[in-house]
Amino acid sequence: MIFSATVQVTLRPGISDPAGSTIERSLPTLGFDGVTDVRVGKLVTFTISATDQAAARAEVDDMCRRFLSNPVIEDASVSLEQAAQAPA
Amino acid sequence: MTVTVGIVVFPGTNCELDVIEAVAEVGGVGRLLWHGDSSVGGVDAVVVPGGFAHGDYLRPGAIARFSPMMESVGEFARAGGPVVGICNGFQVLTEAGLLPGALQKNAGLKFRCGLADLVVASNRSVLTTECVVGETLRIPINHFEGNYTCDAETLARLHAEDRIVVRYADNPNGSIDDIAGICNDGGNVVGLMPHPERASHPLLGSADGQKLFAGLLAGADATV
Repeated sequence: MIFSATVQVTLRPGISDPAGSTIERSLPTLGFDGVTDVRVGKLVTFTISATDQAAARAEVDDMCRRFLSNPVIEDASVSLEQAAQAPA
Repeated sequence: MTVTVGIVVFPGTNCELDVIEAVAEVGGVGRLLWHGDSSVGGVDAVVVPGGFAHGDYLRPGAIARFSPMMESVGEFARAGGPVVGICNGFQVLTEAGLLPGALQKNAGLKFRCGLADLVVASNRSVLTTECVVGETLRIPINHFEGNYTCDAETLARLHAEDRIVVRYADNPNGSIDDIAGICNDGGNVVGLMPHPERASHPLLGSADGQKLFAGLLAGADATV
């Protein structure tokens, strides 16, 4: 089965985010007031082939832990969707 | 005996020749080690130099750590061999799990480039054996992601085990506890953001880096 995976990598709570705070400080200059807690992360998307959803999930979780995120400073959240079957 | 220092080269590494010069300046010989090869080939010490290994894609050091050469560097380090990561090399060593913590974007998102005053915090690391605790070294910095961070437990351990090697006199990047460099528990693996190879001759504005390379060579000689 083919799944499309979306991995969102974000800085862990408490880890300072200089990009996020710079954006936050800039927003009022454009008139966007009242915005707080801006955090910047990364989005990684790909398709993956696996026997079932659980297997795909295990593979992507392992990928996140060992490569796509640095667990010292980042969290990763994964969403998986079965891709449309190719026409027979 | 002449000490041979292996210098790991990834696609995007750009400080390897400076390290060769700095090593030669204190009487050693530098030898380049290609990231795709799988053996450090009998060198006495390893330096992972600065640059942008694999373009720093994903995160600095994230891809470099999987190269065959890094596996061999890990084995060399675990056997007690001296390994020093400079700037991008420090980022590679943290990603590889040879040193704790991580390096984040500088506070204020400023690329910092210039001479920095470093205060030696410990001389039990292989890089600082020739230094006196408390002495100041003038060494250039040149980085965007040098803001060292780790959890409170790791920081407490670094303190308790005397593993903070050098601190900034004037913190340029937001690093926790002004940390510029740390070592592993054995003291044989060191990572630092400043570039001692760029302070290897008075003509460069400072020769204070020579002391660090001299320490590395002496340490390498002792472990052979």
